[in-house]
Amino acid sequence: MIETPAIDYGALSPIIALVAGICVVLLVGLIGPRGRRGLSSALTLATLAAAAGLLVWQLGEPDADLVAGALRSDGLSITIGLIVVAAAALVVPLQLRDPAAEEAGFGETHTLLLGSVLGMLLLAEAQNLISFFVALELLSIPLYVLCGSHRSRSRSLESGLKYLIVGSIGSATLLYGSAFIYGGSGGATDFTAIAQGIGADLADDPLVLIGIALVAVGLAFKVSIAPFHQWTPDVYEGAPTPITAFMAVATKAAAFAVFARFFITALGPSADQWQPALAALAAVTIVVGNVGALGQDSLKRLLGYSGVAQAGYMLTGLLLGTVKGIDALVFYLAAYMLINMAAFAVIAVRERETAYGDDITAVQGIGKDRPALAWSLTISMLALAGLPGTAGFIGKLFLIEAAVAGNYTWLGVFIVVGSMISLVYYLRVVAAIWMRPAPRLAPAMAGASTEAAGEPGLPRRTGEPGRTPSGAPSGGRCWLVLGAILAATAATVAFGIVPSPLIDFSAHAGEGLASMLGPG
Amino acid sequence: MLVAIFAIPVAVGLIGFLLPARIVGWWATLGALASLALAVVLVAGFDATGGVLRDVVDESWIPQLGVRFQLGVDGLSVFLVLLTSLLWAAAVLWSALQAPDRPRNYFFMLGLAQTATLGCFLAQDLLLFVLCFDLMLVPLYFLVGAWGTGDRIRATIKMIVYTLVGSLLMLVGAIATAVLSADATGGITFSLEVLRRFPLADGTQYWIFCFFAAAFLVKMPAVVVHGWVVDAYRSCPLPVLILLGGVLSKVAAYGFLRIVIPVFPDASIHFQELLLIIGLASILYGSAMAFTRTGLRDIVAFSSIAQMGFITLGIFSLSGAGGDGSVLQMVNHALVVAPIFLIIALLAERTGTEDIRAMGGMAKRAPVLAALFIVVTMALLAIPGSANFVGELFILKGVFETKVAIALIASSGIAFAAFYALRMYQRTMHNPLPEGADSRELTLREGVVLVPLVACIVALALYPGLITTRGQDSVDRSLASLCEDPYGIAGEPAAVVEADCPPGIEPEPAPEAVAGRGGFDAWTGYGPAAAAGVAP
Repeated sequence: MIETPAIDYGALSPIIALVAGICVVLLVGLIGPRGRRGLSSALTLATLAAAAGLLVWQLGEPDADLVAGALRSDGLSITIGLIVVAAAALVVPLQLRDPAAEEAGFGETHTLLLGSVLGMLLLAEAQNLISFFVALELLSIPLYVLCGSHRSRSRSLESGLKYLIVGSIGSATLLYGSAFIYGGSGGATDFTAIAQGIGADLADDPLVLIGIALVAVGLAFKVSIAPFHQWTPDVYEGAPTPITAFMAVATKAAAFAVFARFFITALGPSADQWQPALAALAAVTIVVGNVGALGQDSLKRLLGYSGVAQAGYMLTGLLLGTVKGIDALVFYLAAYMLINMAAFAVIAVRERETAYGDDITAVQGIGKDRPALAWSLTISMLALAGLPGTAGFIGKLFLIEAAVAGNYTWLGVFIVVGSMISLVYYLRVVAAIWMRPAPRLAPAMAGASTEAAGEPGLPRRTGEPGRTPSGAPSGGRCWLVLGAILAATAATVAFGIVPSPLIDFSAHAGEGLASMLGPG
Repeated sequence: MLVAIFAIPVAVGLIGFLLPARIVGWWATLGALASLALAVVLVAGFDATGGVLRDVVDESWIPQLGVRFQLGVDGLSVFLVLLTSLLWAAAVLWSALQAPDRPRNYFFMLGLAQTATLGCFLAQDLLLFVLCFDLMLVPLYFLVGAWGTGDRIRATIKMIVYTLVGSLLMLVGAIATAVLSADATGGITFSLEVLRRFPLADGTQYWIFCFFAAAFLVKMPAVVVHGWVVDAYRSCPLPVLILLGGVLSKVAAYGFLRIVIPVFPDASIHFQELLLIIGLASILYGSAMAFTRTGLRDIVAFSSIAQMGFITLGIFSLSGAGGDGSVLQMVNHALVVAPIFLIIALLAERTGTEDIRAMGGMAKRAPVLAALFIVVTMALLAIPGSANFVGELFILKGVFETKVAIALIASSGIAFAAFYALRMYQRTMHNPLPEGADSRELTLREGVVLVPLVACIVALALYPGLITTRGQDSVDRSLASLCEDPYGIAGEPAAVVEADCPPGIEPEPAPEAVAGRGGFDAWTGYGPAAAAGVAP
């Protein structure tokens, strides 16, 4: 049968809006002087808002195969797309006062950010090995650059390079694995065609199994599943904090979307083979991430390890291969987005206000004089630990319920054992906020941060010639940032008390994937 | 009504953030008194016949996960609700008189803790119970960590990690219970009234029972898992200690009666002896430690372990008398512990220490304080005539009916209690007054909190039937699950062999009859009545 590519502009519209936005933001960044951060940020936010609006519109539309079946717009891709766009929108205000964005130029930073968002949207929609790989690279390459965008800080450059190398290895592994699957399934690239190609006969064919293993490893690099997580704390620590926040949340969401789509639809016939393997990986990840976080003094490293552990929880939802598991995964991703954005934003604010960088000292004693930041970080920590009254608790509840229903009760036990270990380090942060006195050294407040910022002991260029005081990264309180933090925190608590809207939202994902599996 | 009782404390705490710091303590006191008044009204209008749930609230909450917002109160919980409100009122009033640092946060945390605790006592949905049980820890963590004394951060993290090990396992257990019985109940539901009608298979019950028992035994605390108690008691601010020692430990005992026995009856019988031995060990070990320690807080901590051991014995005697005695003893112990902690605070203020070696002679100039203390001491050692005596008598009667050997050993616990309680009283109140100690009489401010609590002890001593008569039917109803085929599944009349029921327990009538009495079937749509096509 010959297919003529029919173009469904409606379903493609979020992608089109993003591409248009990227062009505009890039051009505005080129023509304007360096200080034009307001306009560039506003245009970025407008682009994201347009994409979000179109995604919400598409949520009500029927599922559609796009671009000759290379992409698919369904509940899974749209919910993940919305999570990614929301994460990016929360990052933009954080960039406003960020020294890295200041140095690299706002137009360029925002263009790269939007480029990565575009990659994530495409990745969530990919249902073909080619579009899968292309979207993954489109997601990753801007992030490599963004990680290294704080050029005057050697840690940032180190982080960018490290991420580039590790990310490339991951991509190469994935590509190699795809080739095996292509060969093993008799030359199919479409996910559904692969499933048909593998069928019941080739489910434990060595060629296919090697392919599955390699693809799993490649994806494990991206979502930082142990033992492929070693890069995570280093890269998280070195990258500019807003970028870390974006990476931690959005990359994970998009990579998990394609992970779920590829494994459940294309590799569904071999589920009996990969399910136990992924379950073992999830268990190892939960333990490794939580134990690794125990001794960390750097908050970004701590959240890096915590992100590893959370990836283990999320993997549990994925490997069940049930609609409920996918719903739980997407719910967890949405909650994780809100919680992590608030936590990283508080860290970013304190980085600019004090001389301690992202060390835990930076948040000591803030319960007294910065109650809004203190409560936000506290609620984030409790939510990550999964304590009740927060979306984190409902997320764990959902995951465990799905795990028990999917006959993986022991993984549910692993999740709570991980939560117990995690309390030790999350509560350490909370204790620093409320129960320890503020450090002796007076915090460097507005304006003074150019001298004091950066980790102590690291050489840091202080100010550039010709930079006006107003253009300098300022530690002053930015209401937009505070607003974003409070909004994310309020949502964390609200979805912890009334979770039904978010559960309904995540239910679209399971439906989408189920419809792709279809009657066949 | 129940929603108001449940929500007022946290709402008061939230509003407190908007008020000036100076008056926030009095605002919180007002809120605590209001919730106490509501609890009194609840008890006054309570109808205990049949032991069924009253004032039921049932709202849809997370339909996708099968979680409902179900509150209800019966003879098991009604006095614990009153007790919670009473002790919270005392603690809040005491704190307001002390004017703590950062009062808005402090009183918010107290309010949140009260809401969570009341939630545990009122919840009729297993998940709501677990949620509230975990939620209790959050404010407690802050209260001990931020307002405590000594090595408070280490103590608070130790307490949280210990207790959460149990509570999070309980979360898995609760979810597993609901999911694994989903086929029988027709969809995932956490409703306790539904779950108890459809017991799980034996093997499944056993491991889930272990998870629940872990949570409750740590919280209680029982011997072997009591490691957090002493540190926490030492670091805890005194008003919070009233709540920790008085109320929070009762949540665990209540959990056994409300959840474990009805929902996991086979496992309860299977593990009965193990739990009895843990209870017995708690009595012996707690008593032994209580009469060797010299710090007042340590003494009370270990005596609490011993007292909670008695309550465990009563519950796992799996008999009507033992259950009744445990419910009474829960209230008694809380009422005794609360004034003791307040008296410790007063003594520490007057002598500058909490070590009984450096105390003495306090009775000389403070006869009223001494008189109040002797009443409390007598209640603690369960002298005949006190409600504690009645409670322990019931408990021992229950144990004698089932396990004579354990009852004989446990009886010695009463003698031990006399020993450590009198030692505590004598070393603080009699003997010569040490140098530097200041024997002052009770001030009016202190009396306002202390006297009503002691009055409650006396009142309960005069009329312990207040609690036992109302608790009886509900205890019987909880234990009825232990009968063989107690409900006659699928609408058949219950086929009961008399000998299979615990001593003193009658099997429950068939489900239709329960539904007719305003049971849960009518409003859950689940359950055998609905399954059998009986119109709800």
